[in-house]
Amino acid sequence: MNTGGWIVMILAVGGVTGMLSWCIYKVVATPGSTEHLHSTADIESPDIEEDEKLD
Amino acid sequence: MTRQNRPKEAWGSRLGVILAVMGSAVGLGNFLRFPGLAAQYEGGAFMIPYFISLLILGLPLAWVEWSLGRYGGSQGYNSTPGIYRAVWKNPIAPYCGVLAIIIPVMIYMFYVYIEGWCLAYSLRYLFGQMNLGDKPAVYENFFNNFVGMNKDGAAILSPEGWPLGSAVLFTAACFVINFVLIYRGLAKGIEWFCRWAMPLLIICAIVILIRVLTLGAPIEGHPEQNLTNGLGYMWNLDVTKEAFWVSLCNPQMWLEAAGQIFFSLSVGFGIVITYASYMKKDDDIALSSLTASAGNEFCEVALGGLIIVPAAFIFLGKEFFNKPQDTFSLGFKTLPNVFNQMPYGQAVGFLFFFLLFLAAVTSSLSMLQPAIALLEEGLGLRRKASVAILGFITAVGAALVVFFSKNLMVLDTLNFWVGTLCIFVLATFQVILFGWVLGVDRGFEELSRGAEIRIPRFVKFIIKYVSPTYLLVIFGLWINQQFFTASEDPEVLTWPQKIQQSPVVQMTLGFIVVVIILFLLLIAQSVRRWRAAERAETEAAP
Repeated sequence: MNTGGWIVMILAVGGVTGMLSWCIYKVVATPGSTEHLHSTADIESPDIEEDEKLD
Repeated sequence: MTRQNRPKEAWGSRLGVILAVMGSAVGLGNFLRFPGLAAQYEGGAFMIPYFISLLILGLPLAWVEWSLGRYGGSQGYNSTPGIYRAVWKNPIAPYCGVLAIIIPVMIYMFYVYIEGWCLAYSLRYLFGQMNLGDKPAVYENFFNNFVGMNKDGAAILSPEGWPLGSAVLFTAACFVINFVLIYRGLAKGIEWFCRWAMPLLIICAIVILIRVLTLGAPIEGHPEQNLTNGLGYMWNLDVTKEAFWVSLCNPQMWLEAAGQIFFSLSVGFGIVITYASYMKKDDDIALSSLTASAGNEFCEVALGGLIIVPAAFIFLGKEFFNKPQDTFSLGFKTLPNVFNQMPYGQAVGFLFFFLLFLAAVTSSLSMLQPAIALLEEGLGLRRKASVAILGFITAVGAALVVFFSKNLMVLDTLNFWVGTLCIFVLATFQVILFGWVLGVDRGFEELSRGAEIRIPRFVKFIIKYVSPTYLLVIFGLWINQQFFTASEDPEVLTWPQKIQQSPVVQMTLGFIVVVIILFLLLIAQSVRRWRAAERAETEAAP
């Protein structure tokens, strides 16, 4: 591995780790983040409930 | 409730939010697809377009897709054709949404096959069936036999007589698991999984990374196959070598790098836009999207990139990379060697492949939602009927992928044409829709509503000018390379040559066209229903 490789690796791994750390800090420091932040995993489509009612 | 009046949240629940958001983004793209592509394009050279794509395409376009989805949801639409219709008042707008339906549906067709590999490997580790010796080639041969790489139809057979050995059996099991979960509406369990099982996958990957970083040069007689050279293959920018510049001037690599960013961030995929349409109008999308992207990139670059490619170099040698490789197989050929060289390797192997299987299940379940939304919203079908129709369509596609297993030709063709090219085209359409049709100021207003972070204003300029230009230039260069330039290397075939030479590629592309036509017809029917509903509403209005 040459010097350029070390620099690229450190910048890339450090960059993504830094970006993740900043996001974690913002989520933790944000009041109401548990109500406000979402991912595709916790968004429920209303059709599941509607289908259950029809059954 | 004002921010000041909100009750204080426990640290555990905030951590839970981070883990759920991060977990939802992690899948096969991080640990299998990314290393495969990096290895295919000389590692270091690939990282240049990869990071450029992340910064000027991935992050801004993720915001674009969340915003378009939430905007469409506020107008009463959940399916992508409906959302496009809400944003762009043009008769062709809903038909442009066909890509957002077929991309997740057709990716599901091969994704479920790879899920089957993960499940099979995890069970083989659990039952102690993966201790095949110290020779790296044994694991490569095992994988090739298992997935039927040498002959069409060979994946039906168990390679070494183990009753649970057939790749078809595992794929069928995964297919059934996915559809039972989605048919019974049990997808709620996904959040629990993302929150608690995904961190375990990340811890498991960190343990494997530590072992890879302490491997040294384990192959006797090959001191050059060591960690430093393995990392060098992945990260070196050898500007003095011709191969580096040849790679860098290859439009296919730039297209694949952008495609990988889109694939792993689920941007231009049709999934995020559908889920975003179910959000409340004041929910945050800016920080949620950025956290998901950051978690995804950490897993991809800091874990996937540091584990698989260096390990492949160490165990299989540099010559291995000279052979044409399919994108997803590298991890299956490489990781068993690492597990073989570490204490409790059998347990770690089982845990890693099982958690990866579960991560893949969470991703594949979300792939079905965009088409379900269209069938429900456009055709008025109930969820279970929609799931049944989708089950039939995806079963046909998955059967083609599994049967035509020689050189994984159908998988590779779908992976490129749908998993890269269609995603690329859809992302280009969406960024133009946001920047030029909805209007970048209006779009930014949507993005900023409820945002927990302030998005820098230069992002507007990137979304309106830089991203579309970058995407269109790469697409133009790729078309030129594939269709109007003769290949310098006779062993590297362009896609037109592959289409001419391989009936399997022709059949796969024909199948893609058939699925596109089928969903175009469904969209046409949906448009008729939407128009009828609008007419009825207008007539009922006083």
